[in-house]
Amino acid sequence: MKKSLYNYILGIADNSLILGQRIGELCGHGPSLETDIACTNISLDLLGQVRSYYQYAAKIAGDGRTEDDIAMLRKEREYVNVLLVEQPNTDFAYTMARHFLFDEYHLLFLTELKKSKDMTLAAIATKCIKEVRYHQRFSSDWIRRLGDGTEESQNRMQAAIDDLWTYTDELFHQTDADKAMVSEGIGVDVTKLKNAYYEKVNTVLEESTLTIPESKYFQKGGKMGIHTEHMGFLLAELQYMQRTYPNMEW
Amino acid sequence: MSEEQIRNLEKQFEERIARDEKIEPKDWMPEKYRQTHIRQMSQHAHSEVVGMLPEGNWITRAPSLRRKVALLAKVQDEAGHGLYLYSATETLGISREEMYEQLHTGKAKYSSIFNYPTITWADIGAIGWLVDGAAIINQVPLCSTSFGPYARAMVRVCKEESFHQRQGYEIMIKLSSGTPEQKEMAQDALNRWWWPSLMMLGPTDAESVHTEQSMKWKLKRKSNDELRQQFIDQTVPQADLIGLTIPDPDLKWNEERGSYDFGEIDWDEFWQVVKGHGPMNKERMKARVGAWERGEWVRDAAMAHAEKKAERKEKEAV
Repeated sequence: MKKSLYNYILGIADNSLILGQRIGELCGHGPSLETDIACTNISLDLLGQVRSYYQYAAKIAGDGRTEDDIAMLRKEREYVNVLLVEQPNTDFAYTMARHFLFDEYHLLFLTELKKSKDMTLAAIATKCIKEVRYHQRFSSDWIRRLGDGTEESQNRMQAAIDDLWTYTDELFHQTDADKAMVSEGIGVDVTKLKNAYYEKVNTVLEESTLTIPESKYFQKGGKMGIHTEHMGFLLAELQYMQRTYPNMEW
Repeated sequence: MSEEQIRNLEKQFEERIARDEKIEPKDWMPEKYRQTHIRQMSQHAHSEVVGMLPEGNWITRAPSLRRKVALLAKVQDEAGHGLYLYSATETLGISREEMYEQLHTGKAKYSSIFNYPTITWADIGAIGWLVDGAAIINQVPLCSTSFGPYARAMVRVCKEESFHQRQGYEIMIKLSSGTPEQKEMAQDALNRWWWPSLMMLGPTDAESVHTEQSMKWKLKRKSNDELRQQFIDQTVPQADLIGLTIPDPDLKWNEERGSYDFGEIDWDEFWQVVKGHGPMNKERMKARVGAWERGEWVRDAAMAHAEKKAERKEKEAV
């Protein structure tokens, strides 16, 4: 039970960690000062959430591990985030598409997690959901703007959605920790979120004059720790200080 | 308007400032006042925005989650200051696009300190402690400057800057009470940032071209040399307290003056960086211009979308 709960928390937190790290790269390099502020704020929200989750995970592990040990000192194969969140900031369309495809899921997920029997997780979800509602509004607005903007922006956004679509199905795969926690009334049954998710996503895409991808081929692996080639480089930066200067306080 | 009328207006204007009244955007003001404020305020806004780059450089590599979150919050504050200051400058009749244009073509300056690289984590501490420390000394007097929007912006900016300064110093405390490697990192950062921080307070009074006029308009309350002395006197004890050594062999307490005497500043280096040949001038501008150019299609799309939306709304109304 303890091990399942610990793994379950990592499954949630790693998504926010990796997504927050990714969008943090953009700070100061966005298309406008306003988007820079928003993207920095989103990164800040996600990493703030991550701290609550890992602090809780560290408490459950109860072996002296800290939030930073968990966040920064695992091997690549031990991170269990979905492949979607590690995808690079190819351009602003990709960045917003990645966030939108995750935010819609995140919102549905937290809405359920709020009902968890685990009071700590329920409390974290309650706090996070306010932030994620804003993330979803921000990213879906950009899907609309870029989808129904200029010809160039529409092409770019369509390309981003087409490319990232393949990573959406994994959001609804259940891990062993998921199954164990669902049966305890602690975890969220992600398989049940799938229909609502595609309904919401498709509605926004249609409003944005974008074509809903038809591909039925999906990628998976992140939840099992099998990542894309982008992940190692992301972790190299994330872990740089902890690896170079082990066992120090900052 | 006749010359005499203008002289009258100018006289009334100067009297208002002398009475500590605030000048507001819609008030009459001499063209030189307007231009000086556009120059200084936009330069200030540019500094906030360019300043995001050296610190943003460490967001993905911050050593702990707590530090990463704090750094993100800090850089977000800087962006907010930039936005706030650009808006305040716009009240003087210049658009943000024009100000960007001036920055990107090198016509407008930004604080030279950001043309130095952040090469270790301790640099993030040193920037907070020293650079924000020097910035506060420069900026606190601006909270009571004569132009209303600038004065009000500075009240808010200064509050946040003093928080950043404490945060930076706290990074330095942690490093200097850490392992020998960490302490060395902190000392190295102090060595590299000390002199550029002193230069931040501007050229010596003898060389400063804007001081006199700026004093009259309360854009300045103390001379560059006075501010520099204040910064040194405030910072040296802070370095002592955490066991770091100021990299100036001539630094010593002057009992008579009640201040620290300090060594010669390398003004050649200062002018080299101001003229665009510092270690990071080209990279900083490349990053800013690059972000702006890469973002063009995004901004165009946002405009096009807003127009389409407005059109649709109009049609619906009909």
